[in-house]
Amino acid sequence: MAWNRKHLLDIESLTADEIVTVLDTARAFKAVGERAIKKVPALRGKTVVNLFVEPSTRTRISFELAEQRLSADIINFTAEASSLKKGETLKDTARNLEALNADFIVMRHSASGAAHFLSRVLNAHVVNAGDGAHEHPTQALLDAFTIRARKGKIAGLNVTILGDILYSRVARSDIWALTKLGAQVTLCGPSTLVPKTFEQMGCRVVHNIDDAIRDADIINLLRIQHERQRKTMFPSINEYTQLFGLNKARLAKTKPDALIMHPGPVNRGVEIDSDIADSSRSLILEQVTNGLAVRMAVLFLVNGGKGPQELTGN
Amino acid sequence: MPESTVILDAPAIQRALARIAHEIAERNEVGAEIVLIGIPVGGDHLALRLSKLLAEIWRQPVPVGILDVSMHRDDLDQRAAPKVFPTVIPFDVTGKTVVLVDDVLFSGRTTRAAMDALNDFGRPKKIQLAVLVDRGHRELPIKADFVGKNVPTAREEKISLGLTENGVERDEVVLLKK
Repeated sequence: MAWNRKHLLDIESLTADEIVTVLDTARAFKAVGERAIKKVPALRGKTVVNLFVEPSTRTRISFELAEQRLSADIINFTAEASSLKKGETLKDTARNLEALNADFIVMRHSASGAAHFLSRVLNAHVVNAGDGAHEHPTQALLDAFTIRARKGKIAGLNVTILGDILYSRVARSDIWALTKLGAQVTLCGPSTLVPKTFEQMGCRVVHNIDDAIRDADIINLLRIQHERQRKTMFPSINEYTQLFGLNKARLAKTKPDALIMHPGPVNRGVEIDSDIADSSRSLILEQVTNGLAVRMAVLFLVNGGKGPQELTGN
Repeated sequence: MPESTVILDAPAIQRALARIAHEIAERNEVGAEIVLIGIPVGGDHLALRLSKLLAEIWRQPVPVGILDVSMHRDDLDQRAAPKVFPTVIPFDVTGKTVVLVDDVLFSGRTTRAAMDALNDFGRPKKIQLAVLVDRGHRELPIKADFVGKNVPTAREEKISLGLTENGVERDEVVLLKK
């Protein structure tokens, strides 16, 4: 078995084998979601804290449902209603949660590296649900799962990630996961949001959308993250749509079997035409379904992991 | 290399399965609603072989399913996560006689997990247990209904089953001594 990690903090440190282990495990958990009884007792008696210091709807709901389907007990903790607002440090908040015998902490935080920090100060299993502009590992795993399920493989595919790469943790995690699994990743968007430095991660960087999507097997669209933007990255949303929005005319010039993905939330009419988002080539809702299975698999796997010391033991 | 002894060779495995099939047929009436459910890894292939043998005896097909029990194990936080296989049960188990098929019966914990997992798919009329090898050392009050071979073992020894379905050259059950 290729998994001995106690936490899931990022994709960068995972091996291709470990990623494949998550995907294989998730396949079994996806089948659980298709049964009449969708619940298994794998985490019975365990307590999971969902520590969402930065707002999130779909990731939090997906994790919550995954935890419920694994029979865990759940505490939800959001920034608005928490003692973090009263000036408590993250470390103290987390230590208090651990004093209640929390076994897992699933955390979303606006600071890059927050999950790594928690994993160093706590005994609980830590799962990164997105940290700043750094990584969003479960999103990358569900994207890889969705691509593999639809295309039968990942190695050798051309995957184009389009949009706000600079501020996107999804893009970073996707790049790590897909390149480790042998895909050729192309990044495209305004040069202010897609700097050439990303070539160092093994990607092709292109600033013309037609060049970027012509040979793509997968087109992964990212939302313009207004909350992380400085004002001057591009002149206007309208111009962005003109230059980089995916519309019917552009899609017509791609491979006929190219599929479209989006981690959500979708800004219809900005990065993607409404019709395309709802078309049979869109995997957007499949990604949501698969996300649940992937998060169940991740919690199941880290539960058995005791940390790096075990890697040599077996 | 640990010392190893072959306990069952290919013909012996096939004979043991034929005997188990006849015992299942004897214990259950013709046309009784019998289904076989194998537990991976090993039990799933054995269930398929038993189904063919039973179909010859009864002259009617015997349905086969695969039940992964790893999500129902009681030691999940004490070990690295086990490999999980998709469960495939293409029939309703409610009201049927389910014969669970496993390769080796040891502590009985896998069987317990299997009965727990099976609950999520319905309420069988009866559950029976068929194993190729019973090696003793039970930790739970569980007993097999059909046994290919009883093998006295020491707790630290290992039993490994090789089947051609898994890509090995020939069927073989081997006892590995420490």
